[in-house]
Amino acid sequence: MGKIIVMTSGKGGVGKTTSSAAFATGLALRGFKTVVIDFDVGLRNLDLVMGCERRVVFDFINVINGEAKLNQALIKDKRVENLYILPTSQTRDKDALTKDGVERILNELCKDFDYIVCDSPAGIERGALMSLYFADHAIIVTNPEVSSVRDSDRILGVLNSKSRRAERGEEPVTQHLLLTRYDPERVEKGEMLKVDDVLEILAIPLLGVIPESQAVLRASNIGMPVILDEASNAGQAYLDAVGRFLGEDVEHRFISVPKKGLFSRLLRRSA
Amino acid sequence: MVAVSSANQVAERDAPFQFRGNSFTMMVLKVVDPASPNFFSLLGSKVRQAPNFFRHAPVVLDFDELPEGAAGFDITAFALKVREQNLLPIGFVGGPRAVQEAALAIGLVPMPAGRAARLDVVRAPENTAVAPPAPPPEPAYRPALVVNEPVRSGTQIYAEKCDLIITAAVSHGAEVLADGNIHIYGALRGRALAGISGDAGARIFCQSLEAELVSICGLYRVSEDMDESVVKKPVQIRLSEGYLHIQPL
Repeated sequence: MGKIIVMTSGKGGVGKTTSSAAFATGLALRGFKTVVIDFDVGLRNLDLVMGCERRVVFDFINVINGEAKLNQALIKDKRVENLYILPTSQTRDKDALTKDGVERILNELCKDFDYIVCDSPAGIERGALMSLYFADHAIIVTNPEVSSVRDSDRILGVLNSKSRRAERGEEPVTQHLLLTRYDPERVEKGEMLKVDDVLEILAIPLLGVIPESQAVLRASNIGMPVILDEASNAGQAYLDAVGRFLGEDVEHRFISVPKKGLFSRLLRRSA
Repeated sequence: MVAVSSANQVAERDAPFQFRGNSFTMMVLKVVDPASPNFFSLLGSKVRQAPNFFRHAPVVLDFDELPEGAAGFDITAFALKVREQNLLPIGFVGGPRAVQEAALAIGLVPMPAGRAARLDVVRAPENTAVAPPAPPPEPAYRPALVVNEPVRSGTQIYAEKCDLIITAAVSHGAEVLADGNIHIYGALRGRALAGISGDAGARIFCQSLEAELVSICGLYRVSEDMDESVVKKPVQIRLSEGYLHIQPL
């Protein structure tokens, strides 16, 4: 029976799509049959980040409207076994999403897949609400700055009241914090919030800290989830986060300024 | 036609007066024998039976049963004496033509024959001392509303007719309201409004004051106006002499 994970934030541009792509890939690398779904109807990006934008024939909205079958719309990833992508429509908008349609598709996916990762759009309106409604787990993607933290707090409130589990009085959606674009040097200068500051305000368990990394843009440019760039700090941090999600006890890396040896200082190595 | 009626409506809307139909129940004083020497002493005693009922009561003078040829019936003096009893003659009905004309001349209004209605005179109680009202029942103990999770941004919690106790933080953009006191065992970062139904004795307590706004019984203070010395400290907020006091705990 598949588990539904929503990658949400409230705030835009914090790294939901990057994290959805990386996390889904990470789960698939561990052997779980995983599908990642783009809920950002009209502003789709997941297909770009996953590198399958030239293979999109049918999309999520086509399946909701009964214009295509689910297996016609699902795209199998070329690099990683067990990984599938369900892209969304670029020509429609979020009004095309219906609760019944989404429920039907998720139920069907739950039969075949171990994990279903829902890439939420920004905001607290229809698209975001649809993506979080059926979730079992929620990963709140947050940047260590005040606007993002406040919006994440808001989305936590929405999860507590507007998810299906909340409406039915079932076990609440489990909540995890993924702190992205973390720059320890700026934290030390006092320009950026510390991990502890964010945890104090949001008060949810920390899943992982993803450091600010130029590898993210490079990976997105070539349509490859950054978790596959094993040399990068961001990629490694995502691997750690997946491990923690699966119950492993992994120490948090990349949250303090690395002590630069003379050699690396001379060569000015960047992550 | 439509234009005319709408013009009329406009005229009515802007007019400085309005005519309306209304109906009033009026007392009728049937004058049977105005010449009787006891007339006004009897009238007076009747009025004293229920002084509040009769005071400034408008009366219509019914002259139907005036004896024929009531010589020298001085309506002006009569009306004056009726007024002395605190009754206000405002109109008249019936009577011979001469009396009617005289009544009209002193400003009484000729009334159409109305319908007789039962008039229940309220009798003053024997013992005029008013018993004190029974004391209100003791308010039943209302347990406080307890919230054990952080109050997230965009959430509003209202403790109706009781206190509010929160054992976690209140986030920015969250609102907590109570008719009673508000106790926050955590940081207050949003808005807290206590005593919102009018209890000026309500208080707000929190472990770290970082609030956007606090209010007791309608009087409020915003974050900008909170003194440095109390920000991020455990405080008690209360209303005293019309001023919000924020005191460190």
